[in-house]
Amino acid sequence: MSKKEWPLWEIFIRGQHGLNHRHVGSLHAPDAEMAINNARDVYTRRKEGVSIWVVPSSAITASSPSEKGPLFDPAEDKVYRHPTFYDIPDEVGHM
Amino acid sequence: MYAQMIKSESSNDDPQALAEFQARIDRGERIEPKEWMPEGYRKTLIRQIGQHAHSEIVGQLPEGNWITRAPTLERKQILLAKVQDEAGHGLYLYSACETLGVTRDELFEKLHSGAMKYSSIFNYPTLTWADMGAIGWLVDGAAIMNQVPLQRTSYGPYARAMVRICKEESFHQRQGYSIMMKMAQGTPAQKEMAQDALNRFWYPSLMMFGPSDAESVHSTQNMAWKIKINTNDELRQRFVNETVPQAEYLGLTVPDEHLRWNDDKQGYDFSEPDWDEFFEVLKGNGPCNEERLGARRKAWDDGQWFREGLSAYADKQATRRTAAE
Amino acid sequence: MALDGRDPVKIDDALRPAMFDWLCRLGDNALILGHRTSEWCGHGPALEEDIALANTALDLIGHCQMWLGLAAEVEGQGRTADQLAYLRDAMAFRNVKLVELPNGDIGQTIMREFLFDAFHFELLTELSTSPNTRVAEIAAKALKEVAYQLDRASDLVVRLGDGTEESHARMQAALDHLWPYTGEMFTADAVDTAMTEAGIAPDLSDLQTRWTATVKDILDEATLTLPERRFDVHTGGKQGRHTEHLGYLLAEMQFLQRAYPGAEW
Repeated sequence: MSKKEWPLWEIFIRGQHGLNHRHVGSLHAPDAEMAINNARDVYTRRKEGVSIWVVPSSAITASSPSEKGPLFDPAEDKVYRHPTFYDIPDEVGHM
Repeated sequence: MYAQMIKSESSNDDPQALAEFQARIDRGERIEPKEWMPEGYRKTLIRQIGQHAHSEIVGQLPEGNWITRAPTLERKQILLAKVQDEAGHGLYLYSACETLGVTRDELFEKLHSGAMKYSSIFNYPTLTWADMGAIGWLVDGAAIMNQVPLQRTSYGPYARAMVRICKEESFHQRQGYSIMMKMAQGTPAQKEMAQDALNRFWYPSLMMFGPSDAESVHSTQNMAWKIKINTNDELRQRFVNETVPQAEYLGLTVPDEHLRWNDDKQGYDFSEPDWDEFFEVLKGNGPCNEERLGARRKAWDDGQWFREGLSAYADKQATRRTAAE
Repeated sequence: MALDGRDPVKIDDALRPAMFDWLCRLGDNALILGHRTSEWCGHGPALEEDIALANTALDLIGHCQMWLGLAAEVEGQGRTADQLAYLRDAMAFRNVKLVELPNGDIGQTIMREFLFDAFHFELLTELSTSPNTRVAEIAAKALKEVAYQLDRASDLVVRLGDGTEESHARMQAALDHLWPYTGEMFTADAVDTAMTEAGIAPDLSDLQTRWTATVKDILDEATLTLPERRFDVHTGGKQGRHTEHLGYLLAEMQFLQRAYPGAEW
């Protein structure tokens, strides 16, 4: 039985109009279309209005990879993903 | 920690190159994929990041147990979102590991065969809803102790994964503590569950940091490489210092009769966990080792036809496209 | 005034019992399917799919909160969405049987999601322009998520149907198994008719026409065969006559609320 691994894709996301696409990470998918779907689920948690590029990792020729790490806000309506959603009394201290 | 007892691999590299590499790390530079690195550094990182990734996905299981039994719709959403994050964190870490020349499927195979480990903590059972509180509060609390400094680790992809993980994880500990607060301030039965969860998870949480490694050669090498930032004892002490007042606020008792504030060291004195138990759990003799690994293997084996089906379709589509051109 | 500061829902008192029942159908479908989908968390066939399934479950539980919240308000007995979810017994649940069936393999889970989403999408599309603004608001919010779910499920059905021999066989088996449960979605009873006549809900037979077209298109592309069997063999869930499976699901889901009555979590 064949055990072919799904290829690795590099994911680039434009969070707002007017900004560049930014590298946010990678994932596995059988083809480009599914890589886009997976990227929506993994890296945007379905946030709307974003544009996604996917590139096979094997197609990237690198001089030296970028320094700065990616950040991406979780979907805005998932308030429970934010630490401030939980009311921890001041006496407890930083958490 | 999520990566416990990581042995450093020795290197047989050119001493000159090693010295230059060490100088880069000492200057605070980040090492990036495909740049030269000692073979020992690469192998040690694969072991450490891989173990960390495995811990994330095995770590889905004890909490995943309670998603279908969460007591309110909101708690269900929160827990589901948290366990989903763990899958995401596993994914980011596997990706970081893949930049070191190993594939994710190879890493899975090593997990399933027992050749690679995951954190001892996930071999303990989750018996009541209060365990969801204890895990968020203590287990995530302990993980955060380790992960925050690792944002400055020397390997770029690992450090970036840590930044992302720390950002997403900031709600995990707080949701756990908020469960504990509800239970500790709730009915007598709820408070009893909360105390029982603390009793069961306290020592396994202390074990997460691993045995004392101040004297360990592996630890010294890993710290020089900045893939380990603090000693196990430092992190454990910090964890106890932060957690004990939080337990007091809840009105719960930390299950350690020797726990005392020590003014001289400005920290608590506390009892060591049972390290024999720790080594037994690592060897596979914990309460849930078989269930946890069994569940991962089953998910992987049951999913094989799905992964292959999608690969086959992608291949067919590629062929159809070529034929159409 | 509703608790959240929105306008109170405007309906005839005579319509309240039917509307409550109808809103429970919407909420319970989302709750039970969301619950079933959440069972995959940590057990998915690939990490990416595990994460996607959790997103679907999160969406559905979110929809359930909105629909059951509105149902409780329409009922006017001071109950909450949580009380409806956790303190009703099986005969008071109003979901279709399709969504309560055990997950089966991942193929069956995806096929079920597709068959339900194709209905859910058409229903929410209509409801998003309902003259009842509270209904329209919830539907519009849910529709965005369900449109994505339908795209994703359709895509997977096509890919797995036209994948390997094994994936094809499994998807066909899933379809054959689920098909006799799909008709219930379109079988109108007095509650549906009352809501249609009140102008709040669409005619289910119109939805069926569009659902059938979507399903045929996708199954055709997936190289799967539409079963010749009747599609409305298993009905009754909407009236509270469920399969044996729902009782077990609720026993698990409601355990804490039942074992510790009145406790806060």
